[in-house]
Amino acid sequence: MPVFLIRRILTMVLTALCLTFVVFYLTNLPPNLEKLAKSEASSRMSDADVESWIERNGYGRPVLVRYGEWLGLIPGWTRTEDGVTTGRCIGPGQDAAAAPLRCGVLQGDWGFSTVFKQPVSQIIAERLGATGVLMLWVMIVMVPASLLIGVLSGMREGSRLDRGLSVFSIASTATPEYVSGVVLIALFASTSTGLSPWLAEQGWISGKTLFMGTATSALDSGITFWNFSLPVMTIALYGIGYIARMTRASMTEVMTAQYIRTARLKGVSFGNVVMKHALRNALIAPFTVIMLQFPWLLNGVVIVETLFNYKGFGWTLVQAASNNDIELLLACSVVAVFVVLMTQLISDIGYVFLNPRIRVS
Amino acid sequence: MTATTDWDPSKPILEIENLSISFFTRLREIPAVMDFSCTVMPGEAMGLVGESGCGKSTVALAVMRYLGKNGRITGGSIRFKGRDLTTMDDGALRLIRGSEIAMIYQEPMASLNPAMRIGAQLAEVPMIHEGIGKEAAWNLARQIVADVRLPDPDRILKAYPHQLSGGQQQRIVIAMALMSKPALLILDEPTTALDVTVEAGIVDLVKDLGRKHGTSILFISHNLGLILDVCDRLCVMYSGEAVETGAVAEVFDRMRHPYTQALFRSIPLPGADKNTHPLVSIPGNFPLPHERPPGCNFGPRCTYFQAGRCDAQKVPMVPLAGGGRHETRCLRSAEIDWDKPPVAAKAVARTPVGEVVLKMTDLRKYYEVSGGLFGGSLKKVVKANETLSFEAREGETLAIVGESGCGKSTFAKVLMGLETATSGKIMLFDQDIQDIPIEKRGTDTVSSVQMVFQNPFDTLNPSMTVGRQIIRALEIFGQGANDAERHDRMLELLDLVKLPRAFADRMPRQLSGGQKQRVGIARAFAGGARIVVADEPVSALDVSVQAAVTDLLMEIQRKNRTTLLFISHDLSIVRYLSDRVMVMYLGHVVELGTTDQVFSPPYHPYTEALLSAVPIADTRVKKRRIVLEGDIPSAMNPPPGCPFQTRCRWKRQVPGNLCDTVMPPIRVLTGDHQIKCHLPDEVLAGMEPVIRVAAQ
Repeated sequence: MPVFLIRRILTMVLTALCLTFVVFYLTNLPPNLEKLAKSEASSRMSDADVESWIERNGYGRPVLVRYGEWLGLIPGWTRTEDGVTTGRCIGPGQDAAAAPLRCGVLQGDWGFSTVFKQPVSQIIAERLGATGVLMLWVMIVMVPASLLIGVLSGMREGSRLDRGLSVFSIASTATPEYVSGVVLIALFASTSTGLSPWLAEQGWISGKTLFMGTATSALDSGITFWNFSLPVMTIALYGIGYIARMTRASMTEVMTAQYIRTARLKGVSFGNVVMKHALRNALIAPFTVIMLQFPWLLNGVVIVETLFNYKGFGWTLVQAASNNDIELLLACSVVAVFVVLMTQLISDIGYVFLNPRIRVS
Repeated sequence: MTATTDWDPSKPILEIENLSISFFTRLREIPAVMDFSCTVMPGEAMGLVGESGCGKSTVALAVMRYLGKNGRITGGSIRFKGRDLTTMDDGALRLIRGSEIAMIYQEPMASLNPAMRIGAQLAEVPMIHEGIGKEAAWNLARQIVADVRLPDPDRILKAYPHQLSGGQQQRIVIAMALMSKPALLILDEPTTALDVTVEAGIVDLVKDLGRKHGTSILFISHNLGLILDVCDRLCVMYSGEAVETGAVAEVFDRMRHPYTQALFRSIPLPGADKNTHPLVSIPGNFPLPHERPPGCNFGPRCTYFQAGRCDAQKVPMVPLAGGGRHETRCLRSAEIDWDKPPVAAKAVARTPVGEVVLKMTDLRKYYEVSGGLFGGSLKKVVKANETLSFEAREGETLAIVGESGCGKSTFAKVLMGLETATSGKIMLFDQDIQDIPIEKRGTDTVSSVQMVFQNPFDTLNPSMTVGRQIIRALEIFGQGANDAERHDRMLELLDLVKLPRAFADRMPRQLSGGQKQRVGIARAFAGGARIVVADEPVSALDVSVQAAVTDLLMEIQRKNRTTLLFISHDLSIVRYLSDRVMVMYLGHVVELGTTDQVFSPPYHPYTEALLSAVPIADTRVKKRRIVLEGDIPSAMNPPPGCPFQTRCRWKRQVPGNLCDTVMPPIRVLTGDHQIKCHLPDEVLAGMEPVIRVAAQ
């Protein structure tokens, strides 16, 4: 087990290194730096001024050296001009002598966001927390619903129930979030179309709409059914269809297995065959799929958080990318790698507990 | 249960009358069983025999009323203790399943739930049917596990199925069937997936339990020898119909249906010999369910067939004059001279044996496996082959016999070059090849050592025509100057394996198992192979086809003077066709000698047990029953000293603790007969033959 864990963690570190380097390289291409200079200093700079700004702020040196600085392996740059020493690790108004030699990810310094004017680590921690809450609710809705649909349709392959549920799950998984999100808003969160006006007319809802079309208030004044239903639904719908299809496939396969016949011919009732004999075996395959959904959710939250204006990790990523916030983007990619590989690790270990035949090696 | 009270125990426990079962597909109705009748009395063991596809398993599943979505009973009745099962509803059926009728299946591994502990699976039965508590059910399970002679019941109850060996799993399935003391036990090929020595133990167990509890048994098998061992009566099935039924001794000695007779003539019994008494195979193929001939189903393959009579109308089942509920489905049963010996296929002269073509000296093959659950640093060594030494000569058939895990397949892999030897020498013709993997061997070497595989269904490419596959082999072996030449050569090869030339354009899925195996043989001989390793070439085939494929191999061997290394666990067929036999156990050669030497005393104790375990379908044969205790030890953790000492019944005859500590040396007895055993000479000399054929 320890060997296995160490190997996995090494892979994780290596992948994070490769990915951040790619992001680092792309965000540090000359046109990006030029844009950065103009947004940081003055938008009416001449080309020569831009040059010198880039040179003065340490962006002029080779990419690898700067990547090393970001990592914290190479001492941060310093420059003494007119008796004032500035540098990567020297904060505004800080004494140059007291500043640390290196300041990078390894030292826990993730840099400073140019958009939010806050330390990156603080932004990430905050936003990730918000997204975590969203993900938690998505999982709470998505996993039981999809397993139930999958098991119900898989236990009697080809039955009417199976066909009905299959149509639903295929349709839901074939609709991307940006479509289903808009459709859901139009249906439930509009004062002029969909269900809400009718419901309000009947006097069944107190507000103007059934649900709210934005989730911003969830962060300020707490999560309510009213402001959080739609974003959760939008992300969950997509996953429900997908996981349900996987569960169904695995369930139909298990239901034709010989040990199911053994159980039936022991006199076990159909319900008990499903619950006691089929379920655990059928859950082994979807478990991996569910764990794979976590990284996929990251993708979904980018769209949904922007759509519902929920200031979470996905929203931050969009802001960072569109504003060329290099250090924030880098931190986002590290977090993404970490989430993806962590879920893989958890899924591999969880697999062992579900399936007695598998041993980690 | 309540319904059992109004049933008279002198009446049949199971009565099947004119049962017809069909499977419905979108295209058509496929009749699987037609007009099938049979009766099982209390305490009686009834055998159902037939080749694959004859409908015997369908009958068993129909008794359980478990025919799947497409299967339906279209006529007749199945009465269990006087109650008709065919009209029973689900709730009533559930009360009977598992409590009054229990079933034991072919593949024990697949029939046990992989994610449930053995104890839970066993305890479930009485919890459902007798409504007893969990504690009591587990206690009962522990008792039954001990009853089926499994060691350490507590450990087994807590184990998962994959932690047990095949034999142990089958004992668990049996235990599960016995949990509610059923009145009828259905066994569907219960030992097909097991080794012979394990099979012998299971068969003994089933017989004993049947006797002890007075359980009736419906025993389904394709193995006539097993039926003779276990059953009182049998019913021979062919293409969905019962063709002959009667008491076992009656049917075996006075068979009255041409199919039964043909079946017996196609299996190798003691006395059959490839040169003087060759097997008689049944011509033609099993008819597909929707292509059955009019009249008698066996008509087109029957030597006694009379046109205009046998194919005129459906043939009914008729009782025979001798009584004893012996019935046959043959119009001519009274006219045929049943005792006439078969039109003997011509006896052929023994092939003289030539030069040594293959010589192995001290060959060893070890595998390293990483042990430990979580990648611990412990490395374990599997000793798959230990000091293997033998020679094979041109034109000779050397049989390699042993149960699964004895290292016979590893040996084949090393010879073929799929693996390289750990140490030792392999001399092929005049070349050392032990270190040369197959990709580095010359075309000559590769084409001269070829293999015929066990499972013809998986070894042909499903998306390539038969002809193309053979031509591909010819191309690889560098045969023929151009495509036209290779095409001609391919047609010749089809002639060689007696397949019609039209088969060149067929896809493998259009061929039957026997035909596929012929293609496999043609491919092996494409490059003029001089040594052919046949790895259980007929074990996946039906008995009637086995004889034909075996004879084909023999014939090609005679013609080409090929050396045949015949790997098998089936001693009947080995005795029939091999010149010399090598018996392997846990990677060691324990006995090596000519067929006569190995099959008669003195034996190696393992050979003795193996011989005793093989069921023989001949009432004249008297066998001594030697059942080995326990399982084959793991090659990862072999016992010290003699590999066989853990199961040997002769161990006491060896002075001291020699067997426990010292690996026996190879001893040469009279005439190159080698044996690896510590037994003193006088004990070996005093051994009695296992099989005796009573005087006729």
